[in-house]
Amino acid sequence: MKYAYYPGCSLSSTGIEYDMSTRKVAKALGVELWEIPEWNCCGASSAHLTDHLLALALPARNLAIAEEQGLDMAIPCAACYVRTKATEVEVKSSEEMQKTISEVIERKYTGQSRARALLDVFVNDVGLDSINALVHKPLKGLKVVSYYGCLLVRPPKYGFDDPEDPQSMDKLVEALGATPVDWAFKTECCSGAHAIAKSEVGLPMIEKILAAAKESGADCIATACPLCMCNLDMRQGQAGSKFGRSYNLPVFYFTELMGIALGIKPEELGVNKHFVDASGIIKKLNEAEGRRETA
Amino acid sequence: MKRVGVFICHCGSNIAGAVDCEKVAENAKSFPGVAFSTDYKYMCSEPGQELIKKAIKDHKLDRIVVASCSPRMHEPTFRRCLESGGLNAYLLEMANIREHCSWVHPDDKEKATWKATELVRMAVAKVLKNEPLQRSTIPITKRALVIGGGIAGIQAALDIANAGHIVDIVEKEPSIGGKMAQIDKTFPTLDCSACILTPKMVEAANHPNINLITYSEIENVEGYVGNFDVTIRKKARSVDMTLCTGCGTCMQKCPTKVPSEFEMLMTDRRAIYTPFPQAIPNKPVIDRKNCRYFTTGKCRVCEKICPTKAVDYTQEDELVTQRYGAIVVATGFDLFDHSVYGEYGYGKYKDVITGLHFERLINASGPTMGKIKRPSDGKVPKDVVFIKCVGSRDEAKGKAYCSKTCCMYTAKHATLVREKIKDSNVYVFYMDVRTPGKGYDEFYTRTTDQFGAKYIRGRVSKIYEKGDKLIVRGEDTLLGRPVEVEADMVVLATAMVAQPDAAKLAQMVGFSYDQDNFYTEAHPKLAPVETHTAGVFLAGACQGPKDIPESVAQASAAAAKACGLLSKEEMPTEPIVSCVNEAICAGCGMCVPVCPYKALDLKVIQERAHGKTITRKVATVNSGLCQGCGACTVACRSAALNLKHFTNEQILAEVDALCL
Repeated sequence: MKYAYYPGCSLSSTGIEYDMSTRKVAKALGVELWEIPEWNCCGASSAHLTDHLLALALPARNLAIAEEQGLDMAIPCAACYVRTKATEVEVKSSEEMQKTISEVIERKYTGQSRARALLDVFVNDVGLDSINALVHKPLKGLKVVSYYGCLLVRPPKYGFDDPEDPQSMDKLVEALGATPVDWAFKTECCSGAHAIAKSEVGLPMIEKILAAAKESGADCIATACPLCMCNLDMRQGQAGSKFGRSYNLPVFYFTELMGIALGIKPEELGVNKHFVDASGIIKKLNEAEGRRETA
Repeated sequence: MKRVGVFICHCGSNIAGAVDCEKVAENAKSFPGVAFSTDYKYMCSEPGQELIKKAIKDHKLDRIVVASCSPRMHEPTFRRCLESGGLNAYLLEMANIREHCSWVHPDDKEKATWKATELVRMAVAKVLKNEPLQRSTIPITKRALVIGGGIAGIQAALDIANAGHIVDIVEKEPSIGGKMAQIDKTFPTLDCSACILTPKMVEAANHPNINLITYSEIENVEGYVGNFDVTIRKKARSVDMTLCTGCGTCMQKCPTKVPSEFEMLMTDRRAIYTPFPQAIPNKPVIDRKNCRYFTTGKCRVCEKICPTKAVDYTQEDELVTQRYGAIVVATGFDLFDHSVYGEYGYGKYKDVITGLHFERLINASGPTMGKIKRPSDGKVPKDVVFIKCVGSRDEAKGKAYCSKTCCMYTAKHATLVREKIKDSNVYVFYMDVRTPGKGYDEFYTRTTDQFGAKYIRGRVSKIYEKGDKLIVRGEDTLLGRPVEVEADMVVLATAMVAQPDAAKLAQMVGFSYDQDNFYTEAHPKLAPVETHTAGVFLAGACQGPKDIPESVAQASAAAAKACGLLSKEEMPTEPIVSCVNEAICAGCGMCVPVCPYKALDLKVIQERAHGKTITRKVATVNSGLCQGCGACTVACRSAALNLKHFTNEQILAEVDALCL
């Protein structure tokens, strides 16, 4: 199983632990990730607010390189995924667009190489049974709310999961031995970049998600988007203090949870880089594991 | 020598705006066979028709070409004109220079004029080959069938019966009454639905000219206008209707409880049941799928308890065939299944209900005896949200059309909540408020001004459960900001959709339906209750979303049409039918399965050839069934079949005129 890997800009900066855990987990699952050489920015969100053709051309270049290798693209970041998927769909839908874009990027892209979300690849290509078979340290007793964010399973026409009540991440954490907790905020907006530019808009939105997660009784949140991670993890303290609350809800990339369950050391996955300390959860899991082993 | 008259119509500016009619008339003078050609502003008008009749006389014309609108519009008009001018009606040919020319080429007069000329040239070539045809007559069976026993069916049957004709109502449920029986109050007067419906149900049941055939379905329809042979499946009721007195003891003692369809599954009925207490006929049926005796072989409680020994487990479905002169289709509608709306919880939230659920909840004979209680825990809701256009006007998830009735029934529901629960808050999310109708907008205004329902313009984007509340999130597009309502109950105004088996019935009876499976009227303006199949009429919501007044009006209109047909002893038939040239028919039978009207068959003929008598098979056309579609003439490999008035020779003459 081989994919053209497109980390995108976040995964070498704010979302570096997403990159670390993705590479480790892929290796453990026997998924080969061939990083696209000299990949360029996917354009989100500036390009599609500026110029439609530019918004399509940027991801098209990455897709074209993947297509030359005959590979589908595996994309961890939800925003990168949606921009790249949009390009694939548009190129497939019209020969004229295909011609225009190929002219602009000076490469051939026919729509053969598909944009795939990393979650989709793990759940649907590798499969939950294969993942479950490789679990060394089941996340027993860990209650997880899956947070897909607003982009990952949309638009509904092209999505790989239900756009209103997605299930794939829930099923994945279940396969890791954890307990998925149902909640109503799976596809809620985390406010995206508003948290940076207009915190009076952004923070209440973040706060609502955290409050709902807490109310559902979850121990932690699983996510698949570096910007969601930033907002829920980095700004958790800020949102909490604004509303006079403390959540203490660790947020994980789903790949980190996979890595932990597969027996990879948390530091190798980047878990120690979180703002909200996740060591308590790791410790609890280890203790439970220890008890099971001695028993 | 044949003498053709050509008459070019301006249709005011409809044609003349894009076509130089005078020039077309001038051009036509040079066509072979044309003895006279002229143009006029409105050829269909009285002076226009007089012009044609006078020309027939003055110029000794024996065939006529009228170049005007579509023959669907005015062919009958000009045929009558020819007849009163002394010519056979089928010596008329129409060139459609409006729909086929001026309306589609409004911007290029020169080319449109050329096209009109060519269309006239073709018509002239064809009319030269036309033959006079004679209409024959068929007898009419003086009995009507009404399919569906809802308010539309009941009204149509009553009107036909009152005109003195026998009517059979076939209803698939155990009782007549339809959806209206489920409704609590009716807008805009808020009179009780049952109080105005049940007297009509009783009237239909007691009418000497009406036969109720309930718990029955249409199995097959053959024949044609005036003589439809309809096979009806009377489903086994397992109760002898002649013995049963309707005492209801069996329904009390039956041990099997089944969710009641009539109560929208919110309470139970028994396996032996009538749908509701005021059912007509008020005699139960056994639901064999759920009956303990039919599923396990043991029980027979109802049989033991019945004082008149009416329960009969051995009854079987019965097929009866009856001949009818006219059919009124009044099969009604179904409700859109809102479980496709993930944002409203995919139908999983118990307190997110449809308007019809709500009707049962406020109905005095409903599961809560008319006290509004929400389904999940029976609490009286304080904050109630209504969402309109669920499945309507939503091409992504539902239907493109407006369901027409929801604005009014939601206003009614909002009023009733405010009336019954004094400290309640009612929020209505809407896209538009559409209330055309007598007293309708006044009703809506009262809902907001007097009853204080809060109308919020915008769609709901999400509903989720939080504790025992439903959080309804949407946008107020007038204020341009998001809104959130903590509700106890949400009522969805789900779209009116066609019955799930609507297409099947249409195919069986033989009339057309649209992309949404609503039945298609013959003309949206001028023939709104007729179908394209003669003798079949439409009433009520099977033709498209309708409220009660409209359904009743349409039912009476359909009844008037049916009565018009049944009042005659016989009716003329269209002579445009297929005919067989037996000399060249090979008897291959290809035409038989091709005919959609079952008009073709094979017969054995005897003939003498080479001094011997031989028998062979040839095709034969039942001209009573043939609708003149021409499908058989295309299928016929030896060109033995020919459609009168559209013969191969006539069509080829048109092609030659255009191409040679």
